[in-house]
Amino acid sequence: MLNYIARRLAGMVPLLIGITIICFAVIHLAPGDPAQFLSSMNPKFSESAHEKFVKLYGLDKPLHVRYIDWVKRVAVLDFGESFAPDGKTVMEKINERMPVTIYLNVAGMVLIFFIALPLGVLSAYRQNSIFDKSVTVFVFVGFAVPTFWLALMCMYYFGVVKGWLPISGLKSYNYDQLTTLGKMWDIVHHAFLPIVLSVFGGLAGLSRFARNSMLEVLGEEYVTSARARGLSETRVVFKHALKNALLPVVTILGLSIPGLIGGSVIFESIFSIPGMGQLFYQSVMARDYPVVMGVLVLGAILTLIGNLVADISYGLVDPRIRYGKK
Amino acid sequence: MILRLFVAVILSLGLFACGDKKDDSAENQKVSTTTKKVTAKVNKAPVNGDAFIESSLGDATGLIYNITSDSASHDAALKIYNGLVEYDKDLNIVGDLAKSWDISENGLEIIFHLNENVRWHDGQPFTAADVEFTYKFMIDDKTPTSYDADFRLVKSFEVIDEYTVKVTYGEPFAPALMSWSMAILPKHLLEGKDVTKSPLLRKPVGTGPYKFQEWKAGESITLVANDDYFKGRPYIDRRVMRVIPDTATSFLEHLNGAVDIAGLTTLQWTRQTDNNPKYNDQYDKYKYLSFGYTYVGYNQLKKPFNDKRVRQALTYATPKEDMVKGILFGLGIPATGPYKPGTIWYNDKVKKYNYDIEKAKELFAEAGWTDSDGDGILDKKGKKFQFELMTNQGNTVRTKICETLQQSWAKVGVKVNIRVLEWATFINEYVNKQKFDAVVLGWNITNDPDLYDVWFSKNCGGSKLNFICYKNEELDKLLIAGRKEFDPEKRKVFYHKAQEIIAEDQPYTFLYVPYALVSVSKRFEDVYTAPAGLTHNQDKWWVKKENQKYKFEQ
Amino acid sequence: MGRSRLLSKVNKNILFYSGLIIVLIFVALAIFAPYISTHDPSFINFDSVFLAPSADHYFGTDDLGRDVFSRIVYGSRISLFVGFVAVGISISIGLLLGLVAGYFGGFVDLIIMRFVDIMLCFPSFFLILAVIAFLNPSIFNVMAIIGLTGWMGVTRLVRAEVLSVKTRDFIVSAKVQGIPSWLILSKHILPNVLTPIFVTATLGVAGAILTESSLSFLGLGVQPPTPSWGNILTAGKDNIMFAWWLSFFPGIAIFITVLGYNLLGEGLRDILDPKQ
Repeated sequence: MLNYIARRLAGMVPLLIGITIICFAVIHLAPGDPAQFLSSMNPKFSESAHEKFVKLYGLDKPLHVRYIDWVKRVAVLDFGESFAPDGKTVMEKINERMPVTIYLNVAGMVLIFFIALPLGVLSAYRQNSIFDKSVTVFVFVGFAVPTFWLALMCMYYFGVVKGWLPISGLKSYNYDQLTTLGKMWDIVHHAFLPIVLSVFGGLAGLSRFARNSMLEVLGEEYVTSARARGLSETRVVFKHALKNALLPVVTILGLSIPGLIGGSVIFESIFSIPGMGQLFYQSVMARDYPVVMGVLVLGAILTLIGNLVADISYGLVDPRIRYGKK
Repeated sequence: MILRLFVAVILSLGLFACGDKKDDSAENQKVSTTTKKVTAKVNKAPVNGDAFIESSLGDATGLIYNITSDSASHDAALKIYNGLVEYDKDLNIVGDLAKSWDISENGLEIIFHLNENVRWHDGQPFTAADVEFTYKFMIDDKTPTSYDADFRLVKSFEVIDEYTVKVTYGEPFAPALMSWSMAILPKHLLEGKDVTKSPLLRKPVGTGPYKFQEWKAGESITLVANDDYFKGRPYIDRRVMRVIPDTATSFLEHLNGAVDIAGLTTLQWTRQTDNNPKYNDQYDKYKYLSFGYTYVGYNQLKKPFNDKRVRQALTYATPKEDMVKGILFGLGIPATGPYKPGTIWYNDKVKKYNYDIEKAKELFAEAGWTDSDGDGILDKKGKKFQFELMTNQGNTVRTKICETLQQSWAKVGVKVNIRVLEWATFINEYVNKQKFDAVVLGWNITNDPDLYDVWFSKNCGGSKLNFICYKNEELDKLLIAGRKEFDPEKRKVFYHKAQEIIAEDQPYTFLYVPYALVSVSKRFEDVYTAPAGLTHNQDKWWVKKENQKYKFEQ
Repeated sequence: MGRSRLLSKVNKNILFYSGLIIVLIFVALAIFAPYISTHDPSFINFDSVFLAPSADHYFGTDDLGRDVFSRIVYGSRISLFVGFVAVGISISIGLLLGLVAGYFGGFVDLIIMRFVDIMLCFPSFFLILAVIAFLNPSIFNVMAIIGLTGWMGVTRLVRAEVLSVKTRDFIVSAKVQGIPSWLILSKHILPNVLTPIFVTATLGVAGAILTESSLSFLGLGVQPPTPSWGNILTAGKDNIMFAWWLSFFPGIAIFITVLGYNLLGEGLRDILDPKQ
């Protein structure tokens, strides 16, 4: 087992190198470098200024040299400094955005699991019933509505017309003056719409997965034989079938790890949430190479780890899968 | 306060070209459904308190004014620093950190006499050494500033005594005085340090009316009133700049009372405010002609745009009035040149191009373009008149302009393909490399009339601003002469003549100057527009005790 | 599975039917757009901006006085086109690589699957931004981008199917008979992996339509004056309170279409699933 993990981890290194090379090339070769960005349409930019910025940003060296320099620094976990004139390192920038994104994503994901699993399992159990059909339509409605449109509609209705919910942001201005209870309420209040909407949009995938997985198990011989043995239906379904049906679902957990740090730009823009999605989008648009690379590499590492966790957990829950050979 | 003095295309997504509410000015107009404000001046004495909440589409990138270049950073830093000079509400240059100045006869020397009772936010006194430091900082090759050009023209800088400095230029340069509105930085905190690692980037120390308090990345920046401000403490206790990246959300927040000031779109102004009681109860609307214009620029290096008649014909075929009416809901004025109507630099006697399809066709025919094969598209020697009209992504008004022009020009047999590109790609790969036919863009109009950067024939290529590569020797001479003249009355003559040349040549089709449309919460007193816009006296805005919305423990 | 059995399963499947009907309606809308639309979708008329829905303009008019109904009808062409081409691209790439990887195995498999892993590590949003920085957001590039960033799942799926089909007797015997690989692949393996692909493709069209609307939100989607549901919707977003029809109708169009494709896909899955 440990051997397997070690080998998988070692296998990640070439993958990571491949990923970073592609990222690096793509972002650096994209039209417009950050120095040009400052000079564009600015008459107070002297003729020598462009050269000055190219030097300051270290863009005067050839691409492969820059890449090697970058790898050397990353190897000691230094992602460098952002080009933005706030003197922050890439890690500082990521650190200030990360908690918000994780908080919202974890809350959303937990809710999705708690709602989607029962929905999926029950619709499988009652396949083709009215319940099954309506759940299918319901989860697909969530999937099919353009989120930003629904979000704006909800913000207008619940925020402006009814005044029940704040429109955007994470906290009120007077947050610091609130009581502890008030603070908690304030946070929940602000996070309500974004979380509910992201849950609504995310139900389809997992509930369909759970349904299919459950259907498959219900068709297996041991379930039929359990029924034949005269075990009560609840026992058959909830003890034997459910356990096995949920096993593959567990692997989904692993695969959703990278999703925890990835924010949706659109969602974050609409709700004014200072999360990872916006950081990334703005860095790409401003050609802030170090930040872009930092976010990408972090995401890639988490994706690879997520895959590994998924495989391992799958193996743990399903004894038919053996490590070592394949 | 430092007024933004550089010409720049506003990148602001979603809002139209020149909507920067800070530095616009002119037409003193206030539109309000109530009459309460008219008597604002006779109200009882101002009191301190409350907070002013504004929103920004993007987060600031840093808080040392001199090395940032985005509008969010500048808006925030504007309140923290002072320059030596500034514009007053009528756009006269007045002293800021400098209480007075002398300009030598030949226009080569400026002596600034500094205010003596100014202290930095950390309590240290402000002196001539700080000014000297700032000058050296601006021309240092290790300083990542994009505003060094004016300071590189300085031949020598001398500190005469603790409160007097002398700046000498190699040749007379009229915009020089105003270049000293650049933020002055604290020497004692920055000298000998690497500015890119300075804590001041995040916790700035200035001399301005507000002191920095907190910056939550991507969320908000909070400033508090500077009790020790040399021009007197501003009345409003705090200023909060909230980051709201989406324009639709931003208006909803405004409607809900969570943001005190908002730039309105023409649509919001005309259709979404007057009939909305929720809005009317909370806000007053202000409008003034903004300091900027939108135009179509033709690449003069390309055929057929190198032919004056073709450019004139295209302008004749442009329904400016209709575009103002349709796209701006009438909230703008058709433009005829690079100045704002109503200022002394503006010449209204230039050649006008009223919408006239027949005239356009005539001119095209004169230039050899006729529809000889009857397909509805003009042609000349077998070549069809079709070209690409480009603009940047994220600016819906410019996209609408392109769509309108496409339809209008089709009527005279010109086929236009629209191409909308991401900003960085657009500017660096197409505009700066002259790889375009025509572009729709906007310029800010500066208070100084200097047109050198945008119109001088040598400023073509690289990232220079005469990217259409327009050349006119007569104009070049006027622009050089205008730069060296300090007396506005004499200077005016050069620029009036320059406008006539530009109007005749039509290197741009000048489209319009839009109104700036601002909505401000009713609780603020003494809010009024002036030639310099609306926020010229923001430090003097105040809120009556009974109207105060936010309370802070002092 | 017998033909009659299949038919009876189809008959019983409401999801499949409702999905199919929705999809067919919109396909018809796209094909007959010139006959269905009431106005020229790109005709700008400043005298009729922001008219509410009426007998003359079923869905009202937009900020440039264009007829929203006609724009949505024409937009259905673009949106469906984007959906089909994007999915066509991702399915073709995915199918090819998946077949090759699954059938040949070994080193080829290793390389292809590692490449899939690498591609999956990029947020698809980054890939899209990166491509857009190089290309500009013309309609063909939007299709290419959505297609080029969506093939990895298909590859994995196809490979897995191939691996399971490969061991079956008829393939083994075909190999023994010395039938060339390409023939085995196209004649024997391909038909067996088509079923899941078909379902994936149907769902993919829905996804592509949604992706286009998200791209439009960021200003990176299909560019004006070509109407797509995504850009009509985005243009209406700032007027959501005042001119609800600008965002409501395109929103509904996207919603119904995406729902239709999803139901169709799910229905197909149920019908084609041999287990039931």
